[in-house]
Amino acid sequence: MSVGPVEVFLLVMRRELRLSFRRPEQLLQPLVFFLIVTTLFPLGLNLQLSLLRDMSPGVLWVAALLSSLLSLDALFKSDADDGTLEQLALSGQGLVLIVTAKTCAHWLVTGAALVLVAPLVAIALNIPSVAFATMMVSLAMGTLTLSWLGAIGAGLTVGLRRSNVLLSLIVLPLAMPLLIFGAAATDRAISQISPAGALYFLAALCVFTCTLAPFAVTAALRITLE
Amino acid sequence: MWTWFYKLASPPHVYSLAATFAPWFLGLAALLLGYGVVDGLAFAPPDYQQGDAFRIIYVHAPGAWMSTFIYTTMAVAGAIGLIWRIKVGHAVAAACAPIGASFTVLALATGSLWGKPMWGTYWAWDPRLTSELILLFLYVGVMSLRSAFEDAARGDRAAALLAIVGVVNVPIIHYSVVWWNSLHQGATVAKLGKPSMDAAMLWPLLSMFLGFMLFFGGVLCLRLQGEVLNRERQSNWVRQALKS
Repeated sequence: MSVGPVEVFLLVMRRELRLSFRRPEQLLQPLVFFLIVTTLFPLGLNLQLSLLRDMSPGVLWVAALLSSLLSLDALFKSDADDGTLEQLALSGQGLVLIVTAKTCAHWLVTGAALVLVAPLVAIALNIPSVAFATMMVSLAMGTLTLSWLGAIGAGLTVGLRRSNVLLSLIVLPLAMPLLIFGAAATDRAISQISPAGALYFLAALCVFTCTLAPFAVTAALRITLE
Repeated sequence: MWTWFYKLASPPHVYSLAATFAPWFLGLAALLLGYGVVDGLAFAPPDYQQGDAFRIIYVHAPGAWMSTFIYTTMAVAGAIGLIWRIKVGHAVAAACAPIGASFTVLALATGSLWGKPMWGTYWAWDPRLTSELILLFLYVGVMSLRSAFEDAARGDRAAALLAIVGVVNVPIIHYSVVWWNSLHQGATVAKLGKPSMDAAMLWPLLSMFLGFMLFFGGVLCLRLQGEVLNRERQSNWVRQALKS
């Protein structure tokens, strides 16, 4: 029985989504972490609203990066532990396709959820509502890119016992350009300047990563699985 | 005709080759660096704007160039090891990483020492500086990933893949002064056309560039010998080489 690539993609994605919704606490924890980290900054700044307004895009983006990083560790881990990943790799279906489905599902439950929570945080951080659209679009592209970069890191560290810190060490330098352009876009939207330049850069990074990263992730998994 | 090329994949051959080349590289590097340092620091005319402070370019520019050059070398060597499963490739990549990281630190340190009198600050969040800092983090990531694996062969291949992914940063560093309005000045020597520098300043700089390259070659040979010995420690030729 042969299964087409689209069916494989949808099957893997459905499996991933079902697995994540069976453990809702794993979905909620990064979001709560995101909320808590963004709460820490106003408290640390002694509630100085003027400072907060200038810093809010950066705070929002750093918190988003860190919270998506938290969930990346689990991307391949449980499947690698119980041998599912090996079965998927041996299934004869393209590993690139499977990896893409897994990462897209991961982004849907982490990145997309983060984008939806972001306006709430933005209100708390005093970001004016005119900037919400730009902020959400930039966060959507940023978290998708980060999911892919993180998938490379997760693939490389999946065989290791304590991979959390190492994963951050690998992924965060690669994610720095995202932070620069993402925060710049949000910042510009707040000061009501056209954020198009930064958004285009972010989109370019996103497309670049989405096209090449699947192959890097596949190569990484093949290294760690063998 | 191609045997010399195939032999490069054999650890004992590379070991003896590195042992032969190391003194030559280091000796020539000492000559060139000696000339470059003396001429650059003592005899080259001072800059019309920066005075004597510009002289740090003789260490900074070659160091920064080496940091990206070594990264590319490391990624290419890692790719050779990854694609053709040549163990020497991984040994070269492993030997490159600490040297490259040191050159990156050198470039960042000399740059910030120069930045204090010239820009009025040790550090600016400028594209060139930031991308160079990311390069340092990438080196650290590659080194820690390699050492995190208990199985050395797996660590090598994982580190090689990460190094290849990180190569995207190299053109960003190079073109950062062109693409963005950077505080850092544009290219002086490494560009098409006439270098924007007087010959009396240029010769010691070129000598330093070449000297740094040879110094890297020499240190790489030394480190590579250590890497190869460590990796092949179970084999007969290492026991014989160490006995003699």
